[in-house]
Amino acid sequence: MNKERHFHISRRKELPWYRAWAIRGAAIVLALLVCALVTMLLTGEDPLRIYATMFAGAFGTARKAWVLGQNLAILLCISLAVTPAFRMRFWNIGAEGQVLISALACAACMILLADRVPNWLLIVIMSAASILAGAIWAVIPAFFKARFQTNETLFTLMMNYVATQLVAYFVIVWEVPKGSGTIGIINQSTQAGWLPQIGDSKYLLNILVVGVLTILMFLYLNYTKHGYEIAVVGESERTARYVGIKVDRVIIRTLLLSGALCGVAGLLLVGGTDHTVTTTIAGGRGFTAVMVSWLAKFNPLAMIFASFLLVFLGRGANEISTVFSLNHSFGDILTGVILFFIIGSEFFINYQLHFRSEADYGAPGSERPTEGGKGKAHV
Amino acid sequence: MFDFASFIPRAVVQGIPLLFGATGETLTEKSGNLNLGIPGIMYVGGISGVIGAFLYEQSCGGDVVPALALLIPLLSCLAGSLLMGLLYCFLTVTLRANQNVTGLAMTTFGVGFGNFFGGSLIKLTGSAVPSIALSATSSVFSRSLPFAADLGWFGQVFLSYGFLAYLAVAIALVAAFVLRRTRLGLHLRAVGENPATADAAGLNITRYKYAATCLGSMVAGLGGLYYVMDYASGVWSNNAFGDRGWLAIALVIFTVWRPNLAVLASILFGGLYILYLFIPSGMADKELYKMLPYVVTIVVLILSSVRKKKENQPPASLGLPYFREER
Repeated sequence: MNKERHFHISRRKELPWYRAWAIRGAAIVLALLVCALVTMLLTGEDPLRIYATMFAGAFGTARKAWVLGQNLAILLCISLAVTPAFRMRFWNIGAEGQVLISALACAACMILLADRVPNWLLIVIMSAASILAGAIWAVIPAFFKARFQTNETLFTLMMNYVATQLVAYFVIVWEVPKGSGTIGIINQSTQAGWLPQIGDSKYLLNILVVGVLTILMFLYLNYTKHGYEIAVVGESERTARYVGIKVDRVIIRTLLLSGALCGVAGLLLVGGTDHTVTTTIAGGRGFTAVMVSWLAKFNPLAMIFASFLLVFLGRGANEISTVFSLNHSFGDILTGVILFFIIGSEFFINYQLHFRSEADYGAPGSERPTEGGKGKAHV
Repeated sequence: MFDFASFIPRAVVQGIPLLFGATGETLTEKSGNLNLGIPGIMYVGGISGVIGAFLYEQSCGGDVVPALALLIPLLSCLAGSLLMGLLYCFLTVTLRANQNVTGLAMTTFGVGFGNFFGGSLIKLTGSAVPSIALSATSSVFSRSLPFAADLGWFGQVFLSYGFLAYLAVAIALVAAFVLRRTRLGLHLRAVGENPATADAAGLNITRYKYAATCLGSMVAGLGGLYYVMDYASGVWSNNAFGDRGWLAIALVIFTVWRPNLAVLASILFGGLYILYLFIPSGMADKELYKMLPYVVTIVVLILSSVRKKKENQPPASLGLPYFREER
């Protein structure tokens, strides 16, 4: 550019974590203020009452708190699933489809095998089937990416809808009662294939499983050779090749893991809580997980907070819609606004603005960026 | 005998929203921006048009002036989608945010925005009508040539659509021409293929990305408007637009980033979408038919990457942000 500008932008060195989080925190506070303003304009209520309502929607009763925990667990599980792939810059946005297809596999086992095998064997088979189905759904795009460089973002996106339509097909094939368009609760009387309940709540098992998975994923990514290889491939494929990492194999192996974890999410949803399958069982969480994983900078422990934030918002906004009799999509608007702010705030974490004073003009060789090399992607 | 005279018009009206979406997304992707917010933008385009038309119809009590009934929804639709395009550009180009995350957030927001205002517009404006049915506006949008009905099958297949359908075809053809045959198109493609080289050649990357993405969003938004005003006869129902936005993105890949191919391909996709109505089949089978567009898109995606023909590839820097000082 020929014109001198009043400021220029440069990439920051690593920012200390507390400053990075302070910036994100400020963005969230700012976003909440905007949300309150929007809500106020639409409902005419005072903002404090709006926040109180949101809080009540998330934690108001024991049941609501459990539902919050369940939603948190499933979202976290799917976020964990997509993370290893993202770390190597493989944009798997097909988690929605991977969860759906494994939910379908799980339901299929529950419906078709319920009376033929003992319950413990059924649970083993359906767990294996769900995990396998998710893994296969993820490894198909991975294979073509590794072999032919096929664009994985578009491929995984399309796979979502193939899975959705497959579920829609089987829902009609297995519908109970005929013509209802839904499967209904599978094995309601025998409870065959229902995952065992721990304690009083049917949600506790899911929460515990995902808790363990979070820790395992943290260790896998940070303290194992596989995790290291993923990081190298993500940083630079050429470097990875040069040091002797088989990139194709890492891609396929990582996506097997990614899909398998989505399979766990499908299993927990169908076998653990819902005991049915619908085309909306994943409920867009495959996409939300992309944002959770990215917000948390691909760190499994930070993902707990990121998914908590999004689930809390969703539940809270739901309560607002009910109390003030607004349409339930209100939650999506609030979630969108908050995401925009957080997405925007990343800029101030990664980059620095340098303002020029008048005296800087014409100073020879001052702060001119050096150029050269090829554009590099960053996440 | 398969009834083509009634099948083709229905395939076309299904295909037109996809054509708008695909042309818009192609323009956007040619600048290197993978805008996954297109489904949301199409919702926003649709509902913005609805809000404009609703307020206008309410204010004049049913006595609409055709020219205004046309212009007001059209302009509010363009304005709504333009704002979404600007938001996407501000986040991904100016603030260099991740395109996938931004796009998905925009889709969440846009679909929510559409459904929220679709569901609450009547309550918010305190009107006395039971549902949003913009029949006066819709009749302006879906008006076809007066002699179309007299021309038998020819009129039915080629002349029975509202003006937005022809506009969609015209925009697609112009976009194809500009992209392939003009200097402007060459520059835009250069920005999408290799922004560093284009920058070195003196092109303003930011300006090209903003212009292409905003224009693309407005074109895509028209798809939402066509759907509500023409296809759905002015009746807004929540989630009725469904996953057509994603189908539009599939169409971009299917046509290997060529809007002129999209004209025919959108009708093909529209046809696949409703094929089950014309083939005797069970309730369940229709869901499998609906899968076809996605499956053929996957096949095209695989084949084009296996054959590695240079002109059939996605723009080389698709989805990557550009920062001059980071090379």
